[in-house]
Amino acid sequence: MEAVVLDGITKTYAGGKVLAVDNVSLTVKPGELFGLIGPDGAGKTSIFRVLTTLLQADKGSATVQGLDVVKDYQRIRQILGYMPGKFSLYQDLTVEENLHFFATLFGTTIEANYGIIREIYEQLKPFKDRRAGKLSGGMKQKLALCCALIHKPEVLFLDEPTTGVDVVSRREFWDMLARLKSMGITILVSTPYMDEASLCERIALIQAGRIMQIDAPEQIVRSYPVRLYAAKADDIYGLLKDMRENPAVESCYAFGEYLHLTMKSETADAIMALEGFARERGHTGITVKEIAPGIEDTFIRLMNQKTQ
Amino acid sequence: MGEQVIVCKELTKRFGDFYAVNNISFEVNRGEIFGFLGANGAGKTTAMRILCGLSYPSSGSATVAGFDVYRQQDEIKKNIGYMSQKFSLYENLTVSENIEFYGGVYGLSRAVIRERSAALIQTLGLEKETKKLVGELPLGWKQKLAFSVAIFHRPQIVFLDEPTGGVDPVTRRQFWDMIYEAAAGGITVFVTTHYMDEAEYCNRVTIMVDGKIEALDAPQALKQRFGAGNMEEVFYQLARSAKRSSD
Repeated sequence: MEAVVLDGITKTYAGGKVLAVDNVSLTVKPGELFGLIGPDGAGKTSIFRVLTTLLQADKGSATVQGLDVVKDYQRIRQILGYMPGKFSLYQDLTVEENLHFFATLFGTTIEANYGIIREIYEQLKPFKDRRAGKLSGGMKQKLALCCALIHKPEVLFLDEPTTGVDVVSRREFWDMLARLKSMGITILVSTPYMDEASLCERIALIQAGRIMQIDAPEQIVRSYPVRLYAAKADDIYGLLKDMRENPAVESCYAFGEYLHLTMKSETADAIMALEGFARERGHTGITVKEIAPGIEDTFIRLMNQKTQ
Repeated sequence: MGEQVIVCKELTKRFGDFYAVNNISFEVNRGEIFGFLGANGAGKTTAMRILCGLSYPSSGSATVAGFDVYRQQDEIKKNIGYMSQKFSLYENLTVSENIEFYGGVYGLSRAVIRERSAALIQTLGLEKETKKLVGELPLGWKQKLAFSVAIFHRPQIVFLDEPTGGVDPVTRRQFWDMIYEAAAGGITVFVTTHYMDEAEYCNRVTIMVDGKIEALDAPQALKQRFGAGNMEEVFYQLARSAKRSSD
């Protein structure tokens, strides 16, 4: 049995005027760490709200651990943990009170399931008498995760847990997810950060309510259909503008210190041709090389294909 | 370059015995894209509020666009633009009304507003959307419009606080095209971001840790100094040891 199944889910708002989720189907396997990767407005939160039984879809069906999200909503709520994108704990309750409250709601105690949250909660313990509203961003995030876990859920839904969080805290958070996964918890997590995709076992790339591709991250980058080149020069913005005028270049985007380029037709001497073009335009400090694409390269390519 | 539009000397902001900003010194050159990075809670927001004339420092000195942060807050506000991811435009006003409102706030004449507004709408390709409420626009358009509005009064410096959070990868890059263009036109860009690839687009970058500036240089030089392949690694090496974490 699959842990999560979405079958042809469509969700609209404003009386059908806004199409948030457009015929989305996907499955998450038991014990899998599955990522929904896409920008704001892609439909990630709507999908989470359908799966957590907080919102009814217009069309399609969905199950969590074999239970139907409409018919069996009460039973689903017992077995899922949900951390919404917006901080949703009680700001006026202390850290410990929040945790106690959520444990009681689910008819359990902090002690009964302490093993699951031990590693995360130990970091919060020095602040256990502080009101949740007074916690720092990173601490709030950890408390929200503890509250979502305290009833020992079978499936965990995390909606953009790392948005707006710095690089160090993001890495810590993903380490925590890996540990939860090793305890057998199925995790569906969403993120707008493409670099986090490689930390999931499988991902769905989602844009404007539609799934563009679902696969393991390595497979997704392997399916990139053309050769990809990286180029840089001393004046990188000048190079970007010039390369966009290069008739042989199909696409050209800035990626950190390099530009990433694809060519309209595959030729053996593409690197030399790009170097030559840059020299003609008077650039100095030129480097061009072929590189392996990343998730963000794939995402951009799929996005552009769709809009064409 | 050469001319300095922001000069900070030993700038400090203390709340009780907590040093949110602890003795920071740096200069920003005219037309520069200056990346202001740091872990959550490092003191970026506090420092930015001082530089925008919204908060007084506890000690040290700073001038922004030539104006003093203690005595000339109003002059500072007139000479800078500000855009944040959280709030920039009025969702219940139309595209045109937002532009007009901001132009008016900054004291531009009706004629100037009309002329610049028409040019702006054309550049952004928003001709058909001028009467739409901003709340109905896709996020990417909102952000581009918000940036354009922030520099509508031709400020000397624009402060961008995580301007690209959550937008798709293509729009994020289009947004940076706009930043480059503004900088090429002489506007100094002071920007914070959590996307480390964007740190590479800056002329120079500071990394704040626990209220102090731990590094300040061109991205290339920072990578060399820390033996790192990219800015994310530089950031990680510096911020890993941070004791503080908050927003």
